[in-house]
Amino acid sequence: MSIDIRKIVVQVDETRQEQGQRIEPPTRRAVAMAVIANPYAGRFSENLDELVAAGEELGGLLGDKCVKALGIAPGEAESYGKAAIVGEGGELEHAAAVLHPKLGAPLRQAVEKGAALVPSAKKRGTLGTAIDVPLGHKDAAYVRSHFDAVEARVSDAPRAGEIVVCVAVTDSGRPLPRIGGLTTAEIKGEDGLR
Amino acid sequence: MPDLIDIRRVFTQVEEIRHEFGPPPPAPLLRGAIAVVMTNPYAGRYEADILPMMKALEPVGVDMAERLLAAMDVPREAVATYGKGAIVGAAGELEHGALWHVPGGYAMRELLGWKGDRAAYVAGQGSGTTKGQPGNALAIVPSTKKVGPPGAALDVPLTNINASYVRGQFDAIEVRIPGAPASDEVAYILAMTTGYRVHARVGGLRAEDIAQWDGLR
Repeated sequence: MSIDIRKIVVQVDETRQEQGQRIEPPTRRAVAMAVIANPYAGRFSENLDELVAAGEELGGLLGDKCVKALGIAPGEAESYGKAAIVGEGGELEHAAAVLHPKLGAPLRQAVEKGAALVPSAKKRGTLGTAIDVPLGHKDAAYVRSHFDAVEARVSDAPRAGEIVVCVAVTDSGRPLPRIGGLTTAEIKGEDGLR
Repeated sequence: MPDLIDIRRVFTQVEEIRHEFGPPPPAPLLRGAIAVVMTNPYAGRYEADILPMMKALEPVGVDMAERLLAAMDVPREAVATYGKGAIVGAAGELEHGALWHVPGGYAMRELLGWKGDRAAYVAGQGSGTTKGQPGNALAIVPSTKKVGPPGAALDVPLTNINASYVRGQFDAIEVRIPGAPASDEVAYILAMTTGYRVHARVGGLRAEDIAQWDGLR
């Protein structure tokens, strides 16, 4: 069964200047959000396979949307993250079913490689609830310049029987990183950490 | 005097609406908005003459309209409604948002093939178009504005580009920029869509029945 997507929202946030300093090239963060029907809303179901399958479909769809919105080649993506907001009729485990078992592999395909864990957040919420999608470097989680988060929100979702599923992809780190730590130049990219 | 135009951030969002619990239309409705966050050159003081900024915003508007169309990824003929808005940071005044009326409206009309008299438009003397002739972007661009904190949400009204009374296309899109505008910033916004509300069914004028070409009906 294919998932029932009510709407998709894609946003791009481009920072050209911060604290009077010009950012050249600008840092850019894309977020793609899908509002889907929650097939398990309003009841307890031991099995959550439909949402696991939805996650697999959405990892590729939303990852591709982000890469396209940034206008980059997949390999130029630098950091990523994922999140879900479950409407009132659902439970936190529904978000987990979408996000954790199968969303990652097609997302990694959309951004080419992706050795690192995809950082995530989840919550229950209502229409217009905002969630901060954590961001980490896609090949090395300890790259300090790329620790970040981007806010995602759909004004008319999630309704009680819906889930907002969010994928974020960037082509850059924070605008003015200067607190040291592992840099992109030092990435080995083998263990997903450094 | 530093440059009046000092852009800090550009925020775009595109929504693809497939249904709202009713029968899905043949093609999803697309609604897009773009916001440019810039330094408010008049923040923190009363400046009597703010018209230089209105002039300076003209190329910004044209660039935003083109970027929004590219983000929506549709041909310009597909654009059916438009709207505009502004969110002024706390150290500014509502009138700084009003600077957007002419350059914001003009930008989208220009993009959509409007053939009116630009000088008359800037002077507020009407569009300069001849009534009774089909044309593009004849209708007023509806707008809202407010003074607000970072993350304030603005509902930007949307109506048909040629006839304001096309009822099935009366709409609004919520635009909100996390973290902006700061008190010394202002966000100028443009919005466009590809047509009717997803399950529009409250009657009224349809776009294919526009006959007067006066911007209204």
